[in-house]
Amino acid sequence: MNDILQGLARAAKLVVTLDADLVEITALSLQVSLGAAAIGSAIGLPLGAWLAINRFPARRTVIALLNALMGLPPVVVGLIVYVLFSRSGPLGVFGLLFTPTAMVIAQVIIITPIIASIAHQAIRELWADYHDLLISLKANRRQRIGTLLWDGRRALMTASLAGFGRGIGEVGAIMIVGGNIDHATRVLTTAIALETGKGQFDMALALGFVLIGLAIAVNLALHFLSRTERGSRW
Amino acid sequence: MVSGMIVLEGVELRRGGRVIVGPISLSLGGAGITMMMGPNGAGKTTLLRALHGLERVSAGQIRWAGNGQALRERQAFVFQTPILMRRSVLDSIAYPLRLQGVTRGEARDRAEACAGQVGLRVNLKKDAGDLSGGEKQKLALARALILEPVLLFLDEPCANLDGRSTREIEEILTRIRAGGTRIVMSTHDIGQARRLADDVVFLHDGKLVEQAPSAAFFDAPQSKQAHAYLQGDIVI
Repeated sequence: MNDILQGLARAAKLVVTLDADLVEITALSLQVSLGAAAIGSAIGLPLGAWLAINRFPARRTVIALLNALMGLPPVVVGLIVYVLFSRSGPLGVFGLLFTPTAMVIAQVIIITPIIASIAHQAIRELWADYHDLLISLKANRRQRIGTLLWDGRRALMTASLAGFGRGIGEVGAIMIVGGNIDHATRVLTTAIALETGKGQFDMALALGFVLIGLAIAVNLALHFLSRTERGSRW
Repeated sequence: MVSGMIVLEGVELRRGGRVIVGPISLSLGGAGITMMMGPNGAGKTTLLRALHGLERVSAGQIRWAGNGQALRERQAFVFQTPILMRRSVLDSIAYPLRLQGVTRGEARDRAEACAGQVGLRVNLKKDAGDLSGGEKQKLALARALILEPVLLFLDEPCANLDGRSTREIEEILTRIRAGGTRIVMSTHDIGQARRLADDVVFLHDGKLVEQAPSAAFFDAPQSKQAHAYLQGDIVI
């Protein structure tokens, strides 16, 4: 209990004094996970919509696979990205290992199935509602997907936020491909793992509280923004 | 006035091996209001949807003769239950124009004019889902009319509407019919059919039972099913 209180106090102090290391680590965490969520959404949302409105032979298999990939173990993803981008790996020439870019790539692989799968569920329901109208108005495939993504934007924001949440709290993959290098690839989760390993529980807890606060803040900010855009129920 | 003709030749629709409509052969003239009538499950909705291309025809064919190409290209469909988009009233009506590549500003201007034409006097900025039943159907009608269709299908547009809304919708239909739009619709309301129809297609159990000009149909129906139906008997 004492550790937790000390952690809270330390967290408050770090935040109030805008500790330089904390700001740097937090900024990188945000940068990596928001970047991954943005890229994952750019891929996952249209993919989910496409899967919802198209009928093809392997559709069920693809959707089942997508749902299964939601549980992709981050450590394994990290390992595979590591092998691909290591010096001797097939993508080694890019020299991306132990850079934030590699961390973003790993997180995109982890969260895209989540975003696509949740988007697919939401869009499927909307498509059931809109089907006859869009066919009647002869909307082409691109217009159908565009309409469904736009009108389903509230539900899709939830999909993106779920992806972001998975990314910001993820440690296995970015630890492996990023390496937790101070002032280069250290993010909140890897820093927490490090501090815990060193026995610095109050510091680890402080970072943990900042992480939780950050996740809540991003969610609130997005919900606030989308509500001011239009005071509707969706 | 459009001089096109819609010709159905042995049209049949099967679902899961069961014939639900057909075979039906009939021809629809190029003007006026055709009323599809018949008891529940007669195939009115399915046939309307097939004509509009929403249902796959299993056998036979639908031909668009004469000026039929325009009839075929420029159609609109008003569904029994209005399909509401998660958008404002104005953007819902403007949507078909947006699909055609009309700019947002112009589409909204035309949507506003169209809302006025169907007598939809509500705050156009509010969400489509917040409208009353009659207003929703007017929205659907405005959305169907905004592309100025040559052929308009309506599937029981006044089901679940009160007398006042029904009368308003009927006035609009009469007006656009006078403007030269071909209308094919279904109804359960015999009074409405009498008021609006130029000719009647009576269906029963997926089959065409009778097709006649309105006056002849209501004065002297030839088939016993139509006779019973108009008497108010329950036709199964």
